[in-house]
Amino acid sequence: MSWLTPTLQDLLLEAFWETLAMVGVSAAIAVAIGLPIALLLHVTGRGGLSPLPWLHRPLGILVNAVRSTPFIILMVAIIPFTRLVAGTSIGTAAAIVPLALAATAFLARLFENALREVDGGVVEAARAMGASRMQIVWKVLVPEALPGLIAAVTVALVSLVGFSAMAGAVGGGGLGDLGIRFGYQRFMPEVMATVVLLLILFVQGLQSLGDWLVRRLSRR
Amino acid sequence: MVRFAGVGLRYAEPPGRPPGAGQAALQDLTFTLPSGSFHWLLGESGAGKSSLLRLMQLAQRPTSGVVEVLGADLSRTRRRALPALRRRIGVVWQDFRLLPHLSVRDNVALPLRIAGRPEAGLLADVAEMLRWAGLDARADSLPAALSGGEQQRAALARAVVMRPALLLADEPTGNLDAAQARRILALLQEMHRLGTTVVVATHADALVRAFPAPALRLQGGRLMSHG
Ligand SMILES: Nc1ncnc2c1ncn2[C@@H]1O[C@H](COP(=O)(O)OP(=O)(O)OP(=O)(O)O)[C@@H](O)[C@H]1O
Ligand SMILES: [Mg+2]
Repeated sequence: MSWLTPTLQDLLLEAFWETLAMVGVSAAIAVAIGLPIALLLHVTGRGGLSPLPWLHRPLGILVNAVRSTPFIILMVAIIPFTRLVAGTSIGTAAAIVPLALAATAFLARLFENALREVDGGVVEAARAMGASRMQIVWKVLVPEALPGLIAAVTVALVSLVGFSAMAGAVGGGGLGDLGIRFGYQRFMPEVMATVVLLLILFVQGLQSLGDWLVRRLSRR
Repeated sequence: MVRFAGVGLRYAEPPGRPPGAGQAALQDLTFTLPSGSFHWLLGESGAGKSSLLRLMQLAQRPTSGVVEVLGADLSRTRRRALPALRRRIGVVWQDFRLLPHLSVRDNVALPLRIAGRPEAGLLADVAEMLRWAGLDARADSLPAALSGGEQQRAALARAVVMRPALLLADEPTGNLDAAQARRILALLQEMHRLGTTVVVATHADALVRAFPAPALRLQGGRLMSHG
């Protein structure tokens, strides 16, 4: 382990924190914006609580457009927007903007699917009880879909770990970036291996945590 | 309590089909159900029983005619006023429709919570309904842990916890054995004796013979007989 100098240890630790920040913050933003979008998509769709094709269609197209743009292109394409939001176009904060945008679109679709899994009969029952549309959404739809929503967040987190490695391209830092700079560009395969191992452990941890939460919630 | 005059219902065409291609689900229905009455709703599969019940539970507006429930003319009722009206109508379905992640107690409490009843005192009402339905021992169970008969009794407790003036049941015994079916019917009749207007759609002739009552008989969306 002679290659693991204190300097490199510090770099690894810093890169891990950067990855954690990029994944954590962009996931939090994606949940906060993606859930309302998913609810809108679900509620305004055909057969939904308030079918509104003029809203459903454009929103669906927007989500698809973001989802079908390759992340590396998205990152470059929205640099002006990133600069506007983050005040800079390089660094960890700047990397969070495209990550959050991609994750929002991704999560919106996954959330929408989870909401669609809720039994329509139960929704009809809630309406018959005299629930308003807001009550149907917050007292029935979201609670019933909760295990599916959590599973969707887990999938998004794991994908974000992968995407965050690409964020090195805008100087976002993080483990992936470290692996490329040292492992590849400076011919230190041990660093590359360590980074990959750390990423595997991180993803495993996220997945286990998500699965455990889903199991707990489904058993309620 | 319930008044229909010249009521017709035609579902929206599935996309791609020309308008008017579908048959009307209900046609020219005129009848009155007095307050406190008990009626069977009979007819073959596809006759329009569920459609008629959906109109009575204010889940659907008619294509034509007048639907009057609890004194409100559905065609003149604003959408925003519907939830408050629906809270005075209890509904039971063949497939129970309990919320799977909520305990039996919380399922029965749901209509009260939706109506904004304060938590204090709410559980006493729920406990009373559960006792009435013979479910006090199952209050903490999830619906999936209950037998079909128990689930339907929980659904019935949920339907009546708001003391509805009108109680509608769409084939409530369709998934139950004969003994459980009679038990559900006995509870429905008890609500009727307490003054609730009750309508029960069913295929089960044996049950109708065991509990004689006036009937609405549908055929092809038309009312064949009443009384
Ligand atoms: N949501 C819907 N959209 C389109 N057509 C419908 C819909 N619901 C019912 N119909 C049609 O309306 C007619 C009456 O159906 P309804 O479900 O009211 O009959 P039913 O008497 O309840 O039958 P069953 O005994 O099988 O439950 C049928 O021809 C059915 O295909
Ligand atoms: Mg039916």
